Amino acid sequence: MKLTSTNDEKTDDNSSNQSRREFLSSSKKIAYGVGAAALLGNLGNWALSYAADKEPIKVGVLHSLSGTMAISEVSLRDVVLMAVEEINAKGGVLGRRIQPVVVDPASNWDLFAEKSKQLLLQDKVSVVFGCWTSVSRKSVLPVFEKNNGLLFYPVQYEGEECSHNVFYTGAAVNQQAVPAVEYLMSKEGGGYKKFYLLGTDYVYPKTTNKILRAMLLAKKVPEANIMEEYTPFHHQDYQTIVGKIKKFSAGGGACVISTINGDSNVPFYKEFANQGLRAEDAPIMAFSVAEDELRGMDTNPLVGHLAAWNYYQSVDTAQNKKFVADFKAYCKKNNLPDGEKRVTDDPIEAAYFGVHVWKQAVEKAGKTDVDAVRKAVYGQKFLAPGGEIKMDEGNQHTHKPVLIGEILKDGQFKTVWRSQGLVKPEPWSEYTNPEKGCDWTSHQGTYQKKA
Amino acid sequence: MKRVVCLVMIAWVAICGRGEFSAAEELSAMTLEVEGALKDLSSEDAAVQEAAVNALIAGGDPALLPKLEEVRATADRSVRMAIKPVIDLLKNKAKLASPDSNDRRSAATDLGSLGRPASLPWMQAALQQEPDRWVRYTLEESIQLIRLSSSDPEIQATAATKLGALHSQNAVPHLKELTAASSEGVARASREAIGRIETWASWANGFETIFRGISLSSILLMMSLGLAIVFGLMGVINMAHGELMMVGAYATYVAQELFKGYVSPELFDYYFLFALPLSFLAAGLCGLALEATVIRFLYGRPLETMLATWGVSLVMIQGARVYFGDLTSVAAPNWLRGGFQAMVGVYLPYNRLFIILLSVLCVVGIYLLLFRSGLGLRVRAVTQNRNMSACLGIPTRRVDAYTFAFGSGLAGIAGCALTLVGNVEPGLGQNYIVDSFMVVVAGGVGKLAGTIVAAMGIGSLNKLLEPSFGAVYGKVLILVFVILFLQWRPAGLFAMKGRNADA
Repeated sequence: MKLTSTNDEKTDDNSSNQSRREFLSSSKKIAYGVGAAALLGNLGNWALSYAADKEPIKVGVLHSLSGTMAISEVSLRDVVLMAVEEINAKGGVLGRRIQPVVVDPASNWDLFAEKSKQLLLQDKVSVVFGCWTSVSRKSVLPVFEKNNGLLFYPVQYEGEECSHNVFYTGAAVNQQAVPAVEYLMSKEGGGYKKFYLLGTDYVYPKTTNKILRAMLLAKKVPEANIMEEYTPFHHQDYQTIVGKIKKFSAGGGACVISTINGDSNVPFYKEFANQGLRAEDAPIMAFSVAEDELRGMDTNPLVGHLAAWNYYQSVDTAQNKKFVADFKAYCKKNNLPDGEKRVTDDPIEAAYFGVHVWKQAVEKAGKTDVDAVRKAVYGQKFLAPGGEIKMDEGNQHTHKPVLIGEILKDGQFKTVWRSQGLVKPEPWSEYTNPEKGCDWTSHQGTYQKKA
Repeated sequence: MKRVVCLVMIAWVAICGRGEFSAAEELSAMTLEVEGALKDLSSEDAAVQEAAVNALIAGGDPALLPKLEEVRATADRSVRMAIKPVIDLLKNKAKLASPDSNDRRSAATDLGSLGRPASLPWMQAALQQEPDRWVRYTLEESIQLIRLSSSDPEIQATAATKLGALHSQNAVPHLKELTAASSEGVARASREAIGRIETWASWANGFETIFRGISLSSILLMMSLGLAIVFGLMGVINMAHGELMMVGAYATYVAQELFKGYVSPELFDYYFLFALPLSFLAAGLCGLALEATVIRFLYGRPLETMLATWGVSLVMIQGARVYFGDLTSVAAPNWLRGGFQAMVGVYLPYNRLFIILLSVLCVVGIYLLLFRSGLGLRVRAVTQNRNMSACLGIPTRRVDAYTFAFGSGLAGIAGCALTLVGNVEPGLGQNYIVDSFMVVVAGGVGKLAGTIVAAMGIGSLNKLLEPSFGAVYGKVLILVFVILFLQWRPAGLFAMKGRNADA
């Protein structure tokens, strides 16, 4: 079986078979008509593919379409395919069509590595857009490094990584968590003095909280005013923790920094509201709650709480309005679940502009060769839906704006604070790893800074 | 009667009329001053600005809010910061008169944390006519909190003592600062107050821990009751039990959507009462179908049953994902939102109280059905000795089907109740299935009393361990305890005794 064939190719084959059969077996005029039309269509396709010159460029899409992560990752596949369709509609890249190869790693970390191997070695894709969780990224990393593949990773993450084979279009900790806490400490943000760091028990929350703790201590927040707590995946009973938060926040000046992931959010926010705590008493600043998650939640207990991202669907720019409308139209046209009711959010935007940045780089390099494209990505600028972004000159990450938003009843965000210009990404945090830097132009990846 | 109504109406009109009149009079006198202050807000001079802010606060007229918002919309950052307290204070003053006691209470809390002495007379006035006990409590707490930062040591000392009497947890950080105060009287009063508050807090904490334990136990019990019947009485290892809960949860979702679509919005809050029987029926019917198509052929072959039901569970999960999508939510009805304050520092959420009540009702229902009804008699007979029951003319097949459907229906009710505390998603059942099996096994297979006691034990133990060990290790420790316990008593808490023990 040919693993690379895409859906539209398959349907083409089918229709031509069918048309031939009908053409031969039926003497009715309608069948002649249908057959002729299908033949013509096929000829047209042929003509197009010849005009488009040589083979299409294959790109891999590595997002979980089933299992626990499907809830978040399916939207990323959708937006990547939409971006590809956009580019193809405008004539493709270097005069060639882009052909997406979609695989389903099914929220299984081993399968991520296996599927990425298949994409790189068997399908020989030029680039892969994929992954959500840090553990999935970590498990494909060796495959990409060994085979010199190229991965565009669109989700905010904990940093401490500087791979030559990954472009990180999501935020590093200094582009999300750190400014969020700085905002809460500022007079404008409420001047909070006590911080409850609450997360799910895995690498992203733990590393983020390590950095935040170091930062808070550096800013002279006493140890007693910082609490750190973790819950298992799928934790459902937040009674004790909310009780602790209540005690911690007595007397005011306390806030919660939440890196709670996935399905634990609903029970947490519900319990928080039901125990009589309000956003005014202790706001929850979340780094993993975006519009796409809010779409399916009862937003009542969340209203007034905060989140930090680099993009919101509510960003008021012309290009964003078009992007949101396009995405909704795309979902409706392709009969994706929820169709027009779909929303965009930060990872969706990052996945979207990742495809375009790659396309620009390929055009600049004039070929799809990984090393040439990588060099061309450095310094690449793109007018993303949330505003112009810039790829760093050496550390493989993205310069992005930071936005703090307040959750509204309709599941959207109201931006309450915006960074001045773009924030430079720091894969190695200045608080936990001040001596380390990441640079692939003047150094070989991670290097020791000279004192 | 009519006359009384008339009199009341006349009096009301008179009061309103007078109120309007005096307000209008005041307004004309104030207008000039207020206009000036509003203008001064944008002044470059910090002193002028501050004077304007103070004047506006002293005026305390919530009617100014739209104007202030207008100023804020166009002003630069420093002005926005300057008028923020004015807006906050006035907003909360307006909220003090709200008909909703929650609004009044949150306004009182906010005024306390804003800490402006100007708000003292407002709160005192509100205190005079406040009917709700807990709003009164909060008002008093806020008043004393503001007084605590007074410059007069005598006022500070009385405020500290009063806060101690109020057991105000919110005051502790401020009181701690005051223990080092220069005035000996204030320092002593603060120390005493802290002592009182903390003794109270440890009591309150104890109560809350007990409540949390009971609440978690009730959830565990709801989840495992159905399993106790299916697994305990019938010996069927149903791995799809969690998915039957999911069916119940989705039935609740469907009920909600039906009410949204077809019933008038005033009745929306009652959808949950409709959802309870609906989820029982939906899950029960699913159970009936599952029994008739899969389990019926596998009685007495536990391993095959396990594999087959596990397969069914995967099909059901994916089916729910395809049909409902990943994102659905059930909004708790208003009457199950928020909570009720039992005493200072102890707040009991309605949704949890409801689940506790529901689990008690379920236990009573099961008891009545199993031990006080004809069907129950037959069920027990079949579980004790299938062949003998068959000989005596009990239709064992039909009894099996009913029992299984009943157990499944209970799982549906559990799923419905779980929507109040958690998610509605295809993987919902997977989160709970392990816990349910743990409860049933630890309690002793085949004994309902064992299930109840095990649920209580595991729930309370979990909540006792969690504060000191954290959620992750709390869970680990529970599993270790259960394993050790089963080493000690392999048959569980209430073991089957006698001739049927091995059957």
